[in-house]
Amino acid sequence: MRLAEVGFFLFMVDCILCNNYIFSRFLGNCPFLGVSSKVETSIGMGLAVTFVMGLASAFTWVAYTYLLEPYDLKYLDTIAFIFIIAALVQFVEMFMKKSLPALYNALGIYLPLITTNCAVLGVALLNIKSSYGLIESVLSGVFGALGFLLAIVMMAGVRERLETSDIPKPFRGFSISLVIAGMMAVAFMGFTGLVK
Amino acid sequence: MLDILNALLVMGGLGIVFGVILSFADKVFAVPVDEKVALIRDNLAGANCGACGYPGCDGFAEAVAKGEAPITGCPPGGSKTVQALAEIMGVSATASEPKVARVLCQGANEIAGIRYEYSGVESCAAAVAFAGGPKLCQYSCVGLGDCVNVCKFDALTIENDLAVIDDKKCTACGMCVNVCPRHVIELVPRSATVAVRCRSSAKAREARAACTHACIGCKRCEKACAFDAIHVADGFATIDQEKCTQCEECIKVCPNNCITVS
Repeated sequence: MRLAEVGFFLFMVDCILCNNYIFSRFLGNCPFLGVSSKVETSIGMGLAVTFVMGLASAFTWVAYTYLLEPYDLKYLDTIAFIFIIAALVQFVEMFMKKSLPALYNALGIYLPLITTNCAVLGVALLNIKSSYGLIESVLSGVFGALGFLLAIVMMAGVRERLETSDIPKPFRGFSISLVIAGMMAVAFMGFTGLVK
Repeated sequence: MLDILNALLVMGGLGIVFGVILSFADKVFAVPVDEKVALIRDNLAGANCGACGYPGCDGFAEAVAKGEAPITGCPPGGSKTVQALAEIMGVSATASEPKVARVLCQGANEIAGIRYEYSGVESCAAAVAFAGGPKLCQYSCVGLGDCVNVCKFDALTIENDLAVIDDKKCTACGMCVNVCPRHVIELVPRSATVAVRCRSSAKAREARAACTHACIGCKRCEKACAFDAIHVADGFATIDQEKCTQCEECIKVCPNNCITVS
């Protein structure tokens, strides 16, 4: 899916709906299930992921194109990307602690978890695999993360209602959450092939 | 050979660059942390149990440093923690007597009358919202286990639709006290074994009709007490734990057996 071929809007639709990171690529499920108990914190988490994924796409693309490729070190991409993302998350965490303490407190231990959020590493590797340019990479990162935001907020909305529902005992807690995530994924399959 | 050198240089270079950036960021974005917080944090039990009511030990440490939380707020830490915190905060450690939670209701099945069969959400708060709960008494333990769910120490169980506390497991964290919609759980000193186990403000006849173990506010206990420790207010008797000597005279005169020794 190249930006030049399909245009801005369809590129966005493709990233958010057709190739949703949670529901069709199944990446980033840990924060998706971990931080989706309240809509408010899930929005915070989604925005933090959006920020990190946008930045990570740019930084990893630059590192890949100007460091790894010229020196013939493409095989080091995974480890170098993990490295970059970890440093980036650390930086974002420090920045948030200083400038957005409310959001920092709300995200708690989940902010460092973005380091190991496979959606972030996934977007970096997929950008390279699709041989995207810098702008395409950043856009795919931001839109992919917006897809993640959409998924996690939807999930949080459902789970807030689950709190007051009468759920059969064997399904309570994580089991019903996983069942719901599965059903959402099935629904999202309907978007497959929307953009060609 | 050159390949290895390149790889080493590139990864090492990245590492150095990030290291420098992050160490600068650490200085630039440094948030002044009260040094007391770190000290307090080191002296807590560190189980992140949430018994203090704050999000984890860090949250509690911050609240103590600000003076918002009491130094005795960490039940798992015990007296050791209290003394350490007292030293850090510069206040004297009052030898706090260990406490325990007590259910001030005896309205189990067969004892308390039932108004209707409740089969809604398994939550006391929800049941109370629904026409005042399934039991006849409007002041009783609902018995649907909001306290059991909130207890981190497995100290509570529901037996015969009544919350029962295991004194050995209870750490007096007070989570159940806060969650109970009927306010029938209370923290009392462990040595205070005598308790009036009813909080019904209903009129004597109604209270008696709703539950065989109800306090009807007859004041017999008040007269029997030689230490001025038990008083009837709002329709039920309460014991002043500071005056009570656990002599159990009040238990003998109570017509409805609502004062007990545990």
